[in-house]
Amino acid sequence: MTAATAAPHSSRSHLRPLAERPRRQPFPFSAIVGQDDMKLALILTAIDPGIGGVLVFGDRGTGKSTAVRALAALLPPIEAVEGCPVNSARPEHCPDWVTLPATTLISKPTPMVDLPLGASEDRVVGALDIERAIGRGEKAFEPGLLARANRGYLYIDEVNLLEDHIVDLLLDVAQSGENVVERDGLSIRHPARFVLVGSGNPEEGDLRPQLLDRFGLSVEVTSPRDIDTRVAVIQRRDAYDTDPDAFLAEWHPQDAALRDSILSGRAALAGVKTPNTILHDCAALCIALGSDGLRGELTLLRAARALAASEGAPEILRAHLRQVAGMALGHRLRRDPLDEAGAGARVARTVAETLP
Amino acid sequence: MEDTPLWSALCVLAVDPVSVGGLWLRGRAGPVRQRLTEALAALPLPLPLQKLSPNIGDDALYASLDTASSLRAGRPVLRQGLLDKASVLVLPMAERCQPGLSARIAQAMDHHRHALIALDEAADDGEGLTPCLADRLGLFVDLDQIRLPDPLLLPPVTQIEAARQLLPSVKVAHQTVTDVVKACAELAIISARAPILTLAVSRCLAALAGRQVVELADLQRAAALTLAHRGIAPAESQPTPPPETPQDPPQDPSPGDQPADPPPGPSDPLPAEVIVEAARAALPQDLLERLAQSRAQRAARGASGSGAARIGNHRGRPIPSRKGRPQSGNRLDLIATLRAAAPWQAIRRQANPQRAAQALLVDPGDLHIRRTKTLSDRVLIFAVDTSGSAAFSRLAEAKGAVELLLARAYSRRDHVALLTFRGHQAELVLPPTRSLVLTKNRLRSMPGGGATPLAGALKLAYVTALRAKARGMTPTIAILTDGRGNIALDGQPDRTLAEQQSVQLARAIRAAGTAALVIDVAQRPQPRLAELSLCMGAQYIALPRASAGRLAQVLEASLES
Repeated sequence: MTAATAAPHSSRSHLRPLAERPRRQPFPFSAIVGQDDMKLALILTAIDPGIGGVLVFGDRGTGKSTAVRALAALLPPIEAVEGCPVNSARPEHCPDWVTLPATTLISKPTPMVDLPLGASEDRVVGALDIERAIGRGEKAFEPGLLARANRGYLYIDEVNLLEDHIVDLLLDVAQSGENVVERDGLSIRHPARFVLVGSGNPEEGDLRPQLLDRFGLSVEVTSPRDIDTRVAVIQRRDAYDTDPDAFLAEWHPQDAALRDSILSGRAALAGVKTPNTILHDCAALCIALGSDGLRGELTLLRAARALAASEGAPEILRAHLRQVAGMALGHRLRRDPLDEAGAGARVARTVAETLP
Repeated sequence: MEDTPLWSALCVLAVDPVSVGGLWLRGRAGPVRQRLTEALAALPLPLPLQKLSPNIGDDALYASLDTASSLRAGRPVLRQGLLDKASVLVLPMAERCQPGLSARIAQAMDHHRHALIALDEAADDGEGLTPCLADRLGLFVDLDQIRLPDPLLLPPVTQIEAARQLLPSVKVAHQTVTDVVKACAELAIISARAPILTLAVSRCLAALAGRQVVELADLQRAAALTLAHRGIAPAESQPTPPPETPQDPPQDPSPGDQPADPPPGPSDPLPAEVIVEAARAALPQDLLERLAQSRAQRAARGASGSGAARIGNHRGRPIPSRKGRPQSGNRLDLIATLRAAAPWQAIRRQANPQRAAQALLVDPGDLHIRRTKTLSDRVLIFAVDTSGSAAFSRLAEAKGAVELLLARAYSRRDHVALLTFRGHQAELVLPPTRSLVLTKNRLRSMPGGGATPLAGALKLAYVTALRAKARGMTPTIAILTDGRGNIALDGQPDRTLAEQQSVQLARAIRAAGTAALVIDVAQRPQPRLAELSLCMGAQYIALPRASAGRLAQVLEASLES
């Protein structure tokens, strides 16, 4: 059995758990106080999804999931074939197992798919459509979360608590950009290119290096330590909790400006020049840090280019490299258990030495 | 009754459970708690109560296909998940709640449709509510600290209704927010949820009192409920910044959108200090210490192997499915079920003409359920001799070896625990963990010197191993010592008794089937230690001069074999 048809995407929408349909508008992205690294990392992946995801690690109650959910509301919409379960951009890109009545293009919000911790393998990769198997005796494929996340974001809260076999699965798909299902007598493949966003608290367990490496950027968040910043955090949160509509209206212009800058950054991205000296700098930095593989250099370059594009700079400058080096390389260093200062400090030190 | 913390907590919970997160009720099950939980059921809450079990599975939490009914009806029948409807969740035995379930409940609470009442029955140190839930609950009541009045009066419905009406118009001054944040800073509370929840609770209290502006009295009462139990920085958050005392004279009201309170008179203490005092006064110190300890230990447990059973129905490598009814915790193996049903189709169609229209005739006897097999995680328990006799100089190496092993443990999914023994007793410095961050913090301060309570160390290692086993992990004990045990279990210096007890415990470890490893770090190999490891069924390695790297190498080699 190779030919299977796709279940209409909406048929099981009532099956989705609560986590995927938040009841109120998320907190505005631009109203998040401080946490500049985290915000920058998220915006850079919005400009260039090829950077490959963000990992946000830090204390409880520092606005990790708030920022990610806010990003979903901020992102510009995408154009996709109506009813296509994998959000294909053009009718000819739809997988062969999808039969669609029409091939009209519609504009829809950038997919931001929550991967709940308890998600079963079936729900993640997709499985036999039980409804049609039982009801009509048909063998049909019910697309999973990976299909829905195509061309969008896949968000895993508490990523360090995710079950190992789901992690293995994600690693494989994130690597190949394609989801291959060979189970339950189905043989299905579909594109699954998404930006992986993970958040977690390092004290509840660390991530496997393989998964760590899949995240393009990683940032550490801590609670602000000075009173004024904390007061601002609480004040805004309080205003949002008591009167969400007024608060959202107040911050709408800033969010709109941010969305425009993401769009102009995307447009400028291809035109940003990469001088040879910058390539040299990237290599020198990675060699000095001893980071494994070439993924570090590539991510560093892409992140710096996205930053240059967002600032409207014609070419990548050293300043751009300096600003993104920590988030692009910090999690790729060999762990030195006896180093007290942590990876961030090591990167900062090496950047200061290598890129004067 | 009307001004006790319990009364306030119940009132606030009834007014707006979702905004304040919920109630953390600490205390053993018993008549007192029984009466209180009965009272909770009668409380005029705006949402229905929904009980959860700590072992609840995802199929019950989230909506899913009800296979048995679907097959009977011939069309898909959905069962609603418990989290689909807004409710006040009640979690009994909250201390047993696994990190995975806590995270799911926490995610649900973040959507602001659920509140949680966690009934925490923690008895021993090291138990307690998971931090991610504790952080989200605005109200804390310790049943050991209070005496329930008889009869237990519930807040009158009219008062609650009135407060609920008033709540949206209750204002919080800018200065009040600053005060709360300052108080949290002084109490060394890191999470930003603490001040948010304090404000939510104080707003409810103001509404209950019929006021439209939050006053200092509300903040004081809210602090006692919300901040008191958070008042000690968890051990992992070291180094703690010096408490920031508000030394500047009464702050001038900063420009804000909302009208500020009149500044307090010059003779009054600063509001932030009053809040801190209220929080400190609310609970006795030893409880704070106990809570902080359980929090730290809980954090150390972290993402454990979660007691993975060897053969289960949830995860891991699939093994052949077998006949059975899909119940909670079981998953239907659809292919096997269809395969079992296939040959009978024609026969059943003839036998049941009324069902002939159905595409597939499946009988309950065809149902197969899935089974999977997982390997449990390994935990490596280090017992390090930090006594003065010989091993003092080994401390640095042992620390290094633990960190090196842990750093490599990710690939093997190992956990590491560390206990040290010196002076009169052994101490579990690091409960089983996989967190490098936590390990570094704990290893930083580890004193040495004193006598050698080897028997105590063996006992603690044995207990730790049993606990790990109970949680589905496979323990291995590694003991680093010079072997001159001279302190008996009761802490008295008695070499003969200590010897005897050591041998007994060694046999117990062997009987429990726990793999063990004894590393002799004395200048000259100790025959007594070799004997002891024989009793333990342990591997004996003499390693007089070893660096951290060498130690880790040897350990790794002997563990792989």
